[in-house]
Amino acid sequence: MYAFELERPTSLADAEKAIAGGGQPLSGGQTLIPTLKQRLAMPETLVSLTAIDELKGISKEGDMLVIGGATCHADVAADGSYPALSALAGKIGDPHVRNRGTIGGSLGNNDPSACYPSAALASGATIVTNKRELAADDYFTGLFETALDEGEFIKAVKFPIPEKAAYIKFEQPASRFALVGVFVAKGANGVRVAVTGASEGGVFRWTEAEQALSSNFSASALDGLTVSADNMIGDIHGSKAYRAHLVGVVTKRAVNAC
Amino acid sequence: MPADGGIGAPNKRREDVRFLTGKGRYTDDLNRHGQTHMYILRSQVAHGRINGIDTAEAEAMEGVVAILTGKDFEGVGSIPCGWQVTDRHGQPMQEPAHPVLAQGKVRHVGDPIAAVIAETLEQARDAAEAIVVDIEELPAVIDMKEAVKEGAPKVHDDLTSNLCYDWGFVEENKGAVDEAFEKAAHVTTLELVNNRLVANPMEPRVAIGEYDEADGMSTLYTTSQNPHVIRLLMGAFVLGIPEHKLRVVAPDVGGGFGTKIFHYAEEALATFAAKKIKRPVKWTSSRSEAFMSDAHGRDHVTKIELALDADNNFTAIRTDTYANMGAYLSTFAPSVPTWLHGTLMAGNYKTPLIYVNVKAVFTNTVPVDAYRGAGRPEATFQLERLIDKAARELGVDPIALRRQNFITQFPYATPVAVEYDTGDYNATMDTLETMIDRAGFEARAAESKKNGKLRGLGVNCYIEACGIAPSNLVGQLGARAGLYESATVRVNATGGLVVMTGSHSHGQGHETSFPQVIAEMIGIDPNMVEIVHGDTANTPMGMGTYGSRSLAVGGSAMVRATEKIINKAKKIAAHLLEAADSDIELKDGKFSVAGTDKSVAWGDVTLAAYVPHNYPLEDIEPGLEETAFYDPSNFTYPSGAYACEVEVDPETGKVTIESFAAADDFGNIVNPMIVEGQVHGGIAQGVGQALLEGAVYDADGQLLTGSYMDYAMPRADDLPFYAVDHSNGTPCTHNPLGVKGCGEAGAIGSPPAVVNAVIDALQRGGHDITHINMPLTPGRVWAAMNGQ
Ligand SMILES: Cc1cc2nc3c(=O)[nH]c(=O)nc-3n(C[C@H](O)[C@H](O)[C@H](O)COP(=O)(O)OP(=O)(O)OC[C@H]3O[C@@H](n4cnc5c(N)ncnc54)[C@H](O)[C@@H]3O)c2cc1C
Repeated sequence: MYAFELERPTSLADAEKAIAGGGQPLSGGQTLIPTLKQRLAMPETLVSLTAIDELKGISKEGDMLVIGGATCHADVAADGSYPALSALAGKIGDPHVRNRGTIGGSLGNNDPSACYPSAALASGATIVTNKRELAADDYFTGLFETALDEGEFIKAVKFPIPEKAAYIKFEQPASRFALVGVFVAKGANGVRVAVTGASEGGVFRWTEAEQALSSNFSASALDGLTVSADNMIGDIHGSKAYRAHLVGVVTKRAVNAC
Repeated sequence: MPADGGIGAPNKRREDVRFLTGKGRYTDDLNRHGQTHMYILRSQVAHGRINGIDTAEAEAMEGVVAILTGKDFEGVGSIPCGWQVTDRHGQPMQEPAHPVLAQGKVRHVGDPIAAVIAETLEQARDAAEAIVVDIEELPAVIDMKEAVKEGAPKVHDDLTSNLCYDWGFVEENKGAVDEAFEKAAHVTTLELVNNRLVANPMEPRVAIGEYDEADGMSTLYTTSQNPHVIRLLMGAFVLGIPEHKLRVVAPDVGGGFGTKIFHYAEEALATFAAKKIKRPVKWTSSRSEAFMSDAHGRDHVTKIELALDADNNFTAIRTDTYANMGAYLSTFAPSVPTWLHGTLMAGNYKTPLIYVNVKAVFTNTVPVDAYRGAGRPEATFQLERLIDKAARELGVDPIALRRQNFITQFPYATPVAVEYDTGDYNATMDTLETMIDRAGFEARAAESKKNGKLRGLGVNCYIEACGIAPSNLVGQLGARAGLYESATVRVNATGGLVVMTGSHSHGQGHETSFPQVIAEMIGIDPNMVEIVHGDTANTPMGMGTYGSRSLAVGGSAMVRATEKIINKAKKIAAHLLEAADSDIELKDGKFSVAGTDKSVAWGDVTLAAYVPHNYPLEDIEPGLEETAFYDPSNFTYPSGAYACEVEVDPETGKVTIESFAAADDFGNIVNPMIVEGQVHGGIAQGVGQALLEGAVYDADGQLLTGSYMDYAMPRADDLPFYAVDHSNGTPCTHNPLGVKGCGEAGAIGSPPAVVNAVIDALQRGGHDITHINMPLTPGRVWAAMNGQ
């Protein structure tokens, strides 16, 4: 780890100032700290978000579930007002990771194998930053890429609670991140299917599946539907073809679990 | 359970109190006064020529005390290899130099280039980044078959090729074996890979070097399974320090699994540097470094063939194996694919003719050496997969085919140079069959099918050679060390005992099981016995812990020393009781005169030995302390039969283990709970190899599985509850305890059971799949099912 300054603001305003001044947000540290330990990043200043009350906690605003950016996975898992989301959070990593790692950190990082991005995309969530509100559809822009600008960070995530939803993660055997994870949601936004872990472009919506499920919300509606293997990730844990195949299998299982 | 807590009692492990309460004292817990920190700059390329190393800027950085490069080690010895294999043509293996720090070339990712010593680790690391290494990258050889081709890049320029040796065993049998294959009624052939593994002990390696100017003594604290071996190898062959000026201490060690047997560059670096800068030097491996510097295990590519006659009797076995040595010869590397593998190719079967060919190959990868089982898992895996395949081809029951060919007469001399002393393979198999409710399998398979799953049952046997072994024999086979073990038993005046043993304990529970043996022999509470190990300053020369040898060899040395103690104590008792030595009996901690009610307690005798007022000083010395060295006359041969039931999800290829049963013959058992624990851990590692683990290099020699993000270790939920049995023990005939060793069995016996079960499931599901290479990840199983 290279030496860095650590700021630990207790108010949003101070955090904004520190981040605007070039500081990098530090939330649960479950991704960033290992990266620093390996000396793969050299930030001058880290701005810890976890001492700011306004960034933590879960509340209901109408039919929206609003989760503060610095809310840890364990709290989301325990909440239960959006069962599929709580179930997803409860299967991230291990208890240590869940008690430190946060939703803002996960979405800010946008790891192509992370779980939360699929929930945000399938739920049609809104990412609330210190500058604006971004629809999930506009937020995820590629592997470890998001629409966040310099100095912009996630304050909260608003999830419309769908009528039915489920997330199935088929685990990569070593990391237990998603080899393929599929979040299916059916609600006011219609049917949305978001796939994580599989694509070289990061989380994506499987629109053919959405269409098929819109007219017939059952696993059998997906029979014969496939995604192209071309843009899938191929690595030692599974070929492109395998991941493409799993997208179909896991989506069906998610539909069955709804 | 024996009421006295002696042999056979499942005593709780006394060492666990400190391990579980955070009071273990591991090497990294030690901090020496004035200590500096060492960071090792390692190669990031698999193969390259070093055109220059510029340390000027780094040396001027804050906190830097010294920087060492290959230059500092020009006059220093090469890291030695402890075993010389002779090839098929009677020539010694090709043995390259193994420099402490790279000399002119780097040969694998992780090869140490420079050591930076600074006041803090971060300063050392900062300075290491400022070292400018001018490396000209060279083409790397990773694949063994490519490496032995004409014109392949050479890992070592001064060797004639990348072939370390071409070993034939038994070479004289080759013609007869080939002939048997020509005459065979049926031949089954299987090509397979024994996947490369990273040992991953929980505690990474650590070395702390220290030098005392006052007495010229060097001390190395290290995470070793065998401190005396390190003292000998490093002292005599690398740094030229005589044993009386070098102390090696291996305190609590958090698992070894073989990879902490070997002498590593970092140990020599810390010791050398401490003397140079006259301050202690500490190095602690990060997990990432462990992946690229701890010796890996396995990595064989094999073709094996079995010849059978018309009645399905095995008539011959022929194997052709490529064994990866990595870039350098690690301490015992050459022996693993040869003497620890070829000699086990008979398995549990009376195959009259066997020929084993092994080509050991240098590649631009981390050195490969012994890992839990070392050679024996490789032998077992190929043989037991092959027999399963043969049974399928012949349409016979795989258990029946095995039983038909079992060795049933003991002692049995195999055609591969070893003599099994005892065993009862049918009895073990009988037990296994009852444990697994074989009759109920079809019903369970039908139930799985209803749930859309394919169920399979895999069974296999194993035999291993433990308790390595007679020194004169291993000497003939190329070992450069003896393989005896030692113990000093010191009885204190008030009757308590301290056993100083050369066997190191790093998870095996010696501190609990060894006292049980002495308690049994004397008839005292095992808590009266303390075990001291791990420090060359206060234990007799020992060869260490590996190959399931501690109880069979180290325990036997302890028995011999205790026998000497008892003999002497009887003489003292005879004197106190005014009787003849030959009339004295020892029972329940009491010496009595046979046929009388005259007795004297253990404690009275021990007190007399140290307060010799009423004592036969003219006949025997005062004191009660004895040392014994024990050199076994043969290996021991634990054996067993294992079974695994799996379910395969045909949609995803995911395998789940539904049940696992292990029936082992470990001879006599000292502590059944510890034995079960060893089997459980071994099976976890075997299941890990079968389903999850695999070290993978890309074509350029980059390790793709360099962290737990990509290298899958077995977790609790990957494993079932095990059924374990060891009721069919046939005592070993040639050690005083009748014990055989249990440390590696689980890791040896389980991979073929798992893979046989998966193949069985797939075959039952209508897939004509005869083999899938480990690890059987979902991706691989699915690919096999879908012809990819
Ligand atoms: C062993 C292990 C297992 C894991 N398993 C899983 C898994 O199965 N599924 C899964 O999805 N994840 C998994 N994770 C990742 C985990 O969920 C992390 O918590 C998450 O990826 C990052 O969250 P964090 O709060 O720790 O962020 P940090 O590590 O603090 O930050 C990560 C990145 O996000 C940025 N950042 C932090 N907060 C914000 C914010 N509010 N706005 C914008 N950017 C921000 C940081 O600057 C940094 O670049 C695992 C992690 C570990 C260590």
